[in-house]
Amino acid sequence: MEAIKIEKLTKDFKSRRAVNELDLEIREGECFALLGQNGAGKTTTIKLLCCLLPPTSGEAFVFGKSILHEADGIKSIINVSPQETAIAPKLSVRENLELIAELYGVERSEARRRAAELLEKFGLIDRAKDRAKSLSGGLQRRLSIAMAIITEPKLLFLDEPTLGLDVRARRELWSLVAQLKSEMTVILTTHYMEEAEALCDRIAIMHEGVLRAVGTMDELKERTGMDNLEDIFLSLTGGEDLI
Amino acid sequence: MKMLAFAKRNRKEMMRDPLTLVFGVGFPVVLLLLMTIIERSVSGSTGVRVSQFEMQNLLPGLLVFGLSFLSLFSGMLLAGDRESSLLLRLFASPMKTLDYLLGYALPLMLVAVLQSLICLFVGLILGASLSWRLLLMLLSLLPCAMLFLGFGLMLGSFMTYKQVGGAASIVVNVAAWLSGTWFELALIGGAFERICYLLPFAHAVDLVRKAYSGSGNVLENLLFVILYALLLLLIAALLFHRRIKGGTARK
Repeated sequence: MEAIKIEKLTKDFKSRRAVNELDLEIREGECFALLGQNGAGKTTTIKLLCCLLPPTSGEAFVFGKSILHEADGIKSIINVSPQETAIAPKLSVRENLELIAELYGVERSEARRRAAELLEKFGLIDRAKDRAKSLSGGLQRRLSIAMAIITEPKLLFLDEPTLGLDVRARRELWSLVAQLKSEMTVILTTHYMEEAEALCDRIAIMHEGVLRAVGTMDELKERTGMDNLEDIFLSLTGGEDLI
Repeated sequence: MKMLAFAKRNRKEMMRDPLTLVFGVGFPVVLLLLMTIIERSVSGSTGVRVSQFEMQNLLPGLLVFGLSFLSLFSGMLLAGDRESSLLLRLFASPMKTLDYLLGYALPLMLVAVLQSLICLFVGLILGASLSWRLLLMLLSLLPCAMLFLGFGLMLGSFMTYKQVGGAASIVVNVAAWLSGTWFELALIGGAFERICYLLPFAHAVDLVRKAYSGSGNVLENLLFVILYALLLLLIAALLFHRRIKGGTARK
């Protein structure tokens, strides 16, 4: 089944077109990367799919539900870890997790059980009682992702999950994201080539709001005749449409 | 349930901020003690009673003044959430505009009740008369609390964290000086008094004073306070709803 089906999705901000007639399908269970430089339209696309922004035109379906007409249904089966770490700073690590679960209607006892499980899984058990603001940047980002999966979403959006992290913290997060792949559909935006290559089944490259290419790493290599993603990315974002 | 979970979070965030406790509870109590001492000292040494600072006038005025800090707390809480990505994350959740506003309002109303009870308790120790009218006075504080909550949520819906601090301080000061808490508005009279009674603060203080003393008609005062409160809360709801629909917590 398709997790996402996007049809001619467009978003304008005043005179600027952030997303331009995007057509895309993402399969259930896929880990999918949206790759692009700053301002490429990745975050806007995620906001459109999360029903945070209304499109200017076009339509998209998340597990068969329309972003135009079924926002409530979509919001209950997705979750998002925003680009900047989104935590309640004065709540403890455990309280942050339980908060998000309860906001999605999870019973208190179940929220506690899930929080305990995720604290263990994400290596946060020793910091469970500490206020979230006292965590390092890497641990805050881990918590932010744990908060996104505590609701057991069918579709998880990770917007630049490793932005600003050091190499070790980034690798640690990669291993956590890799574990999630088997449990849910993951859409990840990044401008780190190696991140997309290491984690994702398929990669879409966006440039100035336009989808320039989509496929597996092997397909992209074959299509462009290039060996590494960085070269592929530069060729696709500097020249003509190669879809 | 969602709203209560959000309210619980907001209560914890506020209670873990010492500024809230110091200003919310301590400041009005300190002022009450200070003004009572000054009033007793002045009347003791000169024989002149300063009616404004006698308990039946001072206590209601300070109770309303204490509530004015709700505009600061609610505005800063909301603006702070908007500036972090937390609110954006919550916008992607199935919560509705009403869940957000009630989630912010409930814990603040709890602060208002606690603050009023503590202030009242200190007032009783300092000589306020104990009667069933105290209950009426407490009830009359509810629309006043909604009024200041409305100011805070409205400001917090469109201002930055820093801007809200300044704007809410202006609300607190205007509420203090144009409400008749510290001096009788009739002493200045004229256009000044008329302007004061176009704003809700003097009506709020009059409402609480009348509820406490049992003299005078409260209808006009009550209507003014409730209408202002509803208008401000409606504006806050509209601004907030627009943010949810626009998918942007900040701009």
